[in-house]
Amino acid sequence: MSNYAIVIALLVGIAVWYLVARQLTAKSWRSGEQPGDVGALESTPARVGLWVFMAVVTSLFGLFLSAYAMRMHHGVGWCHLTIPPILWINTLVLVAASVALQLSSRAVGRGQRRMAQVALTAGGALSIAFLAGQVAGWQAVGPSLYFIQGSPAIAFFYVLTIAHGLHLIGGLYVLGRAAMRFAGGAELIDLRQSLQLCSIYWHFLLLVWLVVFAVLMYL
Amino acid sequence: MAYVAIADRDAPIHDPTSFFTRYIWSQDHKVIAIQYAVVAIFVGLVALVLSGLMRLQLGFPDQFHFIDPNQYYQFITMHGMIMVIYLLTALFLGGFGNYLIPLMCGARDMVFPYMNMLSFWVYLLSVIVLLASFFVPGGPTGAGWTLYPPQAVLPGTPGAGLGIIMMLASLGIFIVAFTMGGLNYVTTVLQARCKGMTLMRLPLSVWGIFMATILGLLAFPALLVSAVMMTLDGTLGTSFFMPAISSMGETLGHHGGSPLLFQHLFWFFGHPEVYIVALPAFGIVSDLLSTHARKNIFGYRMMVWAILAIGGLSFVVWAHHMYVSGMNPYFGFFFATTTLIIAVPTAIKVYNWVLTLWKGDIHLRVPMLFAIGFIFTFVHGGLTGLFLGNVTVDLPLSDTYFVVGHFHMVMGVSPILVVFGAIYHWYPKITGRMYNEGLGKVHFWATFLGTYAIYLPMHYLGILGVPRRYYALGNTEFLPDSVHTINAAITIAALIVAASVLLFLYNMITSLWKGEKAPPNPWGATTLEWQTPDTPPHHGNWGPRLPVVHRWAYDYSVPGAPDDFIPQNEPVDPKLGGGRDHGKGH
Repeated sequence: MSNYAIVIALLVGIAVWYLVARQLTAKSWRSGEQPGDVGALESTPARVGLWVFMAVVTSLFGLFLSAYAMRMHHGVGWCHLTIPPILWINTLVLVAASVALQLSSRAVGRGQRRMAQVALTAGGALSIAFLAGQVAGWQAVGPSLYFIQGSPAIAFFYVLTIAHGLHLIGGLYVLGRAAMRFAGGAELIDLRQSLQLCSIYWHFLLLVWLVVFAVLMYL
Repeated sequence: MAYVAIADRDAPIHDPTSFFTRYIWSQDHKVIAIQYAVVAIFVGLVALVLSGLMRLQLGFPDQFHFIDPNQYYQFITMHGMIMVIYLLTALFLGGFGNYLIPLMCGARDMVFPYMNMLSFWVYLLSVIVLLASFFVPGGPTGAGWTLYPPQAVLPGTPGAGLGIIMMLASLGIFIVAFTMGGLNYVTTVLQARCKGMTLMRLPLSVWGIFMATILGLLAFPALLVSAVMMTLDGTLGTSFFMPAISSMGETLGHHGGSPLLFQHLFWFFGHPEVYIVALPAFGIVSDLLSTHARKNIFGYRMMVWAILAIGGLSFVVWAHHMYVSGMNPYFGFFFATTTLIIAVPTAIKVYNWVLTLWKGDIHLRVPMLFAIGFIFTFVHGGLTGLFLGNVTVDLPLSDTYFVVGHFHMVMGVSPILVVFGAIYHWYPKITGRMYNEGLGKVHFWATFLGTYAIYLPMHYLGILGVPRRYYALGNTEFLPDSVHTINAAITIAALIVAASVLLFLYNMITSLWKGEKAPPNPWGATTLEWQTPDTPPHHGNWGPRLPVVHRWAYDYSVPGAPDDFIPQNEPVDPKLGGGRDHGKGH
């Protein structure tokens, strides 16, 4: 828990530094021109919203993982999880999905419609494959209530993978809408932001999964 | 394509066309704010009734046979949870946040209006699930608002079956709603401010709400994590929090879980929650004091920095709620130190409020009365917090009424006084009508004196050793008879305060029709929401052009200016010069 507090303190510190950098020292009681008069970051609301959302999800998984560590050290009767090999394959599939969406986003930027559509479809399909692989992972770890009740590590494995999967499904919903617009013949310029944000979100979920996976394996 | 800031765009305003899209399924931040506020106040009234029932039992034990011990615990639990989360959090952020952020920032609406609308409807769902738990077999949970395991899910605790599950589900739904709203509030403040509205020209209300939202976004996940894990412990029989335990002579299947883990997670949310409620109150009260004292807020920059410092520190004090759980003394020392450090920025704010009043042209209108009342109750609650922040003082007091008196003073009464003050202050803008000033003053004095009559004696009870959480004291030998008399007196005061809420509701509702028509800016305030072309503001807030801001939010009583206030969107007069620069000099 205290590790988590340090991380949070760092995050808050960065946020405060950032705000200070944005002229929190301005003497606003003096009228007339002020630094930062434009009023907003040079970014779109959707992009800022996504970053804020990713901060929330980071907090969520940070807390799940610190609960994992605390349960391991402070509780009784912990036995380590044997990592099923399929998780390695799933990890590679998610990496591929992330790469595909990056390619799609780049292709849209360059005006390559066909390439963008193929990469987008591949990214979606690979993500669904990842989810199916995770379900297979549950089968391998211990598919019944007996195992979930018996081992907190297995219970955590379920909770973490489900939480991660739900976030991916949310992403797939947004990606699906972008794909529909794509198929409906929307202009590339209109799709650019959606695909950029989707690829950022996928990279983020990949990072979350890598951290979760590492904790499950090594901690 | 070059980036164009929202403030520079001329986006068409799509007015809602039907009654349904205008008032019910509305994406207008003002309608959503009112929807949030009405639901929050309704559910708050439910919690108020529950507290009245508890007080009846405590003041006059054995007189009211319809209140049994199980129900008493259910009332405590639901009262606490509703007041903290479903009333205060929802009202400050969903209600005031929604109404004030776009107007005070000079925006047409929140940046994600559709998500904003969903936020309200999901919040409503969470309230419905919460209230539905009153009607399930076994009733709502009676585990105390902290829901500590193992007792929260063990048979024998009221509502241990469906009640606790519905509570946890409702909290989960609430957190989803809050996250959708919170993303909006933060992004709108960052991205949709009008031209000239720099961060340091934002009114302190927006600063308070902004920081509280960031705290909420980072802290509510802790509650979600604990709710998910406890649900699994309660339904699937996992052992995240549940140790090996026997209940009613029967050994349960759990083993090895850590109840302390839950306490850490819960308070990692629970302490920032105090500031999620307090920071908007701090911000709003600063604006009320400044406006009604006709004087600029003292130390604006320091106020902003104090809000940021309190926000940061609030994440490293959580274990001061757990001194009695048996922790390493060094751990306790650390948390006592951080807890006392947080008093520094908080005290800075209190000094600045008082110095804002110093030599001000104070108008004792109803919002101002509530704002000044807040300074009293908050200082009072803050000082008793210094007692409880120290481990050695906390240990004997922790399970007594001293704690009840403390936290009600600091995060019950104080924010509620600000809520009332804020409602009176913005009522003319929201409804276009004035409220009845006389009734408002009666409401203030009944609330202010009444809450003192309730909570001040509780500190004394606590020092006498009267335990909290007890259904009845019986003939406990070490307690003098005066304890029972005081308890009866507290109950009477509580009923009077509750009745004064009816007066408030009567005033608010009848003034909708009978109140005088309100001028656009009855208090002579500088902030943008008072400068809208229409009162109440129409959809899109600003007519064809967005306002442009030229000065900070506190140009009151500027020497040489024709009025005793200069609105934020008033251009700088070259003859008069820039605001306070041409005051008495620096």
